[in-house]
Amino acid sequence: MTTIKTNNKDKRSLIGSGLQQRTEDALADEFLRKAVAFTTDKLKNGRLNAMADIGDWEIWRERGRAIRENTISHLDYYLTQFADNVVNNGGNVHFCSKADDAVQAFLGIAKQHNAKLVAKGKSMVSEEIHLNHHLEEHGMEAIETDLGEYILQLAKETPSHLIIPAIHKNKQQIADLFTEDAGYALPAETKALATYAKTKLRNYFLESDIGLTGCNFGVAESGSISLVSNEGNGRMVTTLPKVHVVIMGMERLVPTFDDLEVMLNLLPRSATGQKLTTYISLITGPRKLKDLDGPEELHVIILDNGRSAQLGDPIFQEVLNCIRCAACLNVCPVYRHVGGHAYGSVYSGPIGAVLTPLIQQDMKEAGQLAYASSLCGACHEACPVKIPLHDMLVHLRHRKVRAKLTSLPERFAFRMYEFTFGRVTLYKVATKSAYYLLKPLSRKGLIHRAPFPLSGWTDSRTLPMKPKQSFRDRWSELQNELKGGMKDEQ
Amino acid sequence: MKVSLFITCLADQMYPEVGESVVRLLHQHGCEVDFPAAQTCCGQPAFNSGYQDEAREVARNWIRAFEQSDYIVSPSGSCTGMVHHYYPYLFENEPEWKEKAERLVKRTYEFSQFVVQVLGIEDLKASFPAEATYHPSCHAMRLLGVKEEPVRLLQHVEGLEMIDLPHKEDCCGFGGTFAVKMSDMSEAMVCEKARHVTDTGAEILIGTDMGCLMNIDGRLNKEGRPIRVMHLAEVLLEGANKKR
Repeated sequence: MTTIKTNNKDKRSLIGSGLQQRTEDALADEFLRKAVAFTTDKLKNGRLNAMADIGDWEIWRERGRAIRENTISHLDYYLTQFADNVVNNGGNVHFCSKADDAVQAFLGIAKQHNAKLVAKGKSMVSEEIHLNHHLEEHGMEAIETDLGEYILQLAKETPSHLIIPAIHKNKQQIADLFTEDAGYALPAETKALATYAKTKLRNYFLESDIGLTGCNFGVAESGSISLVSNEGNGRMVTTLPKVHVVIMGMERLVPTFDDLEVMLNLLPRSATGQKLTTYISLITGPRKLKDLDGPEELHVIILDNGRSAQLGDPIFQEVLNCIRCAACLNVCPVYRHVGGHAYGSVYSGPIGAVLTPLIQQDMKEAGQLAYASSLCGACHEACPVKIPLHDMLVHLRHRKVRAKLTSLPERFAFRMYEFTFGRVTLYKVATKSAYYLLKPLSRKGLIHRAPFPLSGWTDSRTLPMKPKQSFRDRWSELQNELKGGMKDEQ
Repeated sequence: MKVSLFITCLADQMYPEVGESVVRLLHQHGCEVDFPAAQTCCGQPAFNSGYQDEAREVARNWIRAFEQSDYIVSPSGSCTGMVHHYYPYLFENEPEWKEKAERLVKRTYEFSQFVVQVLGIEDLKASFPAEATYHPSCHAMRLLGVKEEPVRLLQHVEGLEMIDLPHKEDCCGFGGTFAVKMSDMSEAMVCEKARHVTDTGAEILIGTDMGCLMNIDGRLNKEGRPIRVMHLAEVLLEGANKKR
């Protein structure tokens, strides 16, 4: 991997200090960059193979997009249908408009059952509301049972990828963490490490008062919760503890089982390159009289937290179509180099860069994420429901400009750009002047060092010196030559 | 066939030889090329930075410049992509201008796209004995869907041995103002791209967009790599001249 010099304290930056610092930290971490590039490559190639064997991927993709569009366009209807069915099945529904409401809803359930220990399946929404932190504050212990999440809990870190939370860690780092936890040496071998975690977690499943999971898709027509997983911890968490709490974003629905079938074809293929995950669980209500296992109580916490603000927005409503497969992260060249933590948000990669400022309704700080993209469009190409993330990033930048949240020099520069590039006479004057401004900087046709902000370029690249004659300066000569040539040929 | 050259501000100011190559090639294949002198820039730098009002006025200038053109051909998939993908949106609230924009979208082509799709030529009778690699530019690929055209044109060049570029579809890190504004991210990306190019052992790197090529070339120069960086049109013209 190419070494990047960072640690340049005097370096001036055009972006907010938070994002700049996190980017520098990530780029200086060779382990992280190798680990992220290795795993995203694997996932990316897996996706391409899994796409190939299902027929015309574009038809599937369009079907997936249409299902999501229908769901989100009629979200009020499907949410009511879903909630009614959950209740009819014997479950409880808690609609929560803010993160704190969801935390309170969970704490209420926990208090009712005098809960001390919570076994968690993977849930990004629980990360979004910082649930573990709140549980700790209220004297409860939350145990992450997803292997990746468990690793991060030991490391006291947050996920850096939607589906591979510990993507930034390599095997040795995980072995070190487990060794510290175990109190004896564990080898850096997948099998040994997984066995250690499995043994340790098994007891938690049995002892937990509450099992908490996310939800991949709620099925409106039946009030069912579907969960896709590969480790089997989801099954344990949803069957062993007496209470099962589901926490989900309000957009995470499909109308029917037919729709679910399409989404369950798109999701694992896009996420891990699997045709099917090891487990697909469908949970419809709590344990019935004749059921052999299952929780006695089922609660579904449905969270808004900035999502409904996107409904009806001609540009951004589509962001709610996301199915959290992380295909956009795996193909993103920015994510590849900086990993998830640089985004400073629970949701990282292109979807995180769009979603975070929107749901936090914060264009100032979180809005800086809109610039964490070269607008290459790989995210849109990979998205199984065709969300135009690259366009959305540009529109977020526009929001920032409209809210006057960009710097004065930048605003002035683009005003000048409009003024000069909007009319050819001024364009010619401006570009000629640029030649004389750049000339003192050039050596043998190249500029090796330029002042800020161009130094951002020249620190790592040379810039060609502008030739004295532009194309338009040469045009009449070229035109005459070609005309003459034509006559000769005739 | 009458064709207007949409030079792009970058090629106009920095790479006039690329514009010249496009003009000569089109001329050789029977096109009557003109250069609408009122053109400046497509507005993309402002648009991609979020300055849509500023971009709109520059776009208006572009539309005025090309209003009378039958075909518009540009040596950049990115600038062509700007016209195709964002012009109708920019003028959404101005029906008259939107209609003009949509009419021009249908006539605007990236160079290789025009040669293969409109002229219907894949073999430009060129010879270029060298080992080369090709970097497909993101916007040509993903905004315009131009993937095969440059490859087909290169396949017909006699003596040109193409070496596959690993991770070819990964962005080079240019991204216009991104390269300056997010220079650390951009640097990481261009370093990796330059390494992949170097790993092929090719003598020449070929592309269809001078933004990307200026970026990769700048990195290769910094590393002191003697790899020649060329626009597709330059390869084809030089190759055609060799064969004569």
